[in-house]
Amino acid sequence: MKDINRRSFMKLTGTAIGIGVLYKAVPLVGQSAEMAREIGKNNGEQVVPFSFVQLSDTHVGFNGPPDPLGTKAFERAVEMVNGLTPKPELILVTGDLTHDSEDKDVHSTRMKQFKEIASGMNVGTIKCVPGEHDAGLDGGVLFREHYGDTSYSFDHRGVHFIALDNVSRAKPEVGAEQREWLKKDLARFPKTAPIVVFTHRPLFDLKPEWEWFTSDGDDVMNILSPFQNVTVLYGHIHRDDEHEVGSVKHLAARSLIFAFPDPSTTPNKKPNPFDKEHPFKNLGIRVVDEKPGAALSTKDVELTLREYSGINGIQQLIKEPSL
Amino acid sequence: MKKYAAFTVLVVLIAGGAALLQPRAAKADATPRVIEVHAKRFGFTPDQIQVKKGETVKIHLISDDVTHGFFSKPLKLDEVVSPDAPVDIAVTATETGKYTIICDHFCGAGHGNMGMSIVVEE
Repeated sequence: MKDINRRSFMKLTGTAIGIGVLYKAVPLVGQSAEMAREIGKNNGEQVVPFSFVQLSDTHVGFNGPPDPLGTKAFERAVEMVNGLTPKPELILVTGDLTHDSEDKDVHSTRMKQFKEIASGMNVGTIKCVPGEHDAGLDGGVLFREHYGDTSYSFDHRGVHFIALDNVSRAKPEVGAEQREWLKKDLARFPKTAPIVVFTHRPLFDLKPEWEWFTSDGDDVMNILSPFQNVTVLYGHIHRDDEHEVGSVKHLAARSLIFAFPDPSTTPNKKPNPFDKEHPFKNLGIRVVDEKPGAALSTKDVELTLREYSGINGIQQLIKEPSL
Repeated sequence: MKKYAAFTVLVVLIAGGAALLQPRAAKADATPRVIEVHAKRFGFTPDQIQVKKGETVKIHLISDDVTHGFFSKPLKLDEVVSPDAPVDIAVTATETGKYTIICDHFCGAGHGNMGMSIVVEE
């Protein structure tokens, strides 16, 4: 592939829609666009702006305090995705699709239920990575049966997407084998290639005492460091967060089950209590608008609850705890 | 010369004798304190231990059910304990404070809050 100059290839903007993040990728003109076309032509895809959505931590199968609503937030998210304009071309789900169960049949049922709910989205492509609740107990065996590989890469309209698995080894790590694969995968691309990494746990030490870290995250980021247009999307922390290391932005999406507090405000990792008046409070993802030369701006849109307003409606939704 | 040599020998003998008379320092007890800690879903028992700053303790970690992790970045602890395979972990904290140890080997639904504390005092 030709050596392209160091101009930023892609402007990646994100908009929080309360249920996840809607991203728009816009290839810039000039030599950068030429490189995008190089990447895109392998798939026969036209390199044009496109939108994609990040959802995270649906925890299908979890039902009880602090969130008695089960999959209602996830189902609402599906409705909202279907109402988006422009229509997203791709959905990324950054882990904990299901809540774990030691009963393989129960866990398998939850994985099928995730697929059933997700299939309601009118989007051509849904790509997932596992969370520890999906793959931590069995090393990803069931996840691979239902959804395919736990780590992989693909290209979409000139953007290279990399799914990294930092949960299947039970400890928070990517592992040497996967890091070697990552090096080989990246070797195909010039340093200005637009790259989106999506994974479950943060690839930096966000809060190690809450297990919000990946032990070889620094090694992974060193492998990515030569690349100038890298964005990392992740979940796990059940809250929105934005962290910049060098030129890399690490963006966390809120969950669709319950939220965790800001770790700088409390030493206790306890889920935020359920609020009957605002049952979907803090659920969803945040919006990130990234523009060269301007300060980052964020916009949060919470799940709407018009159809569920009123105590009676909420009571109907609240099921008996059944973890 | 003979007088000098004799004087030197005398000094050496006196110095050696003086040394013999010095009270011997008590032999330090090098055996660290052993603290037994049990890991079982989803907690550690005891869930808090106290140590002195600079003291080296040996944590005898036992799993009573499944594989667990024992992790603390500030204390440079990153161990794994499996059932029927206890591990001994030497811990020396050089700063006072309260340190959180977590299980970082996913062990089930309650894994996220599995942890204990080491309180380091002067």
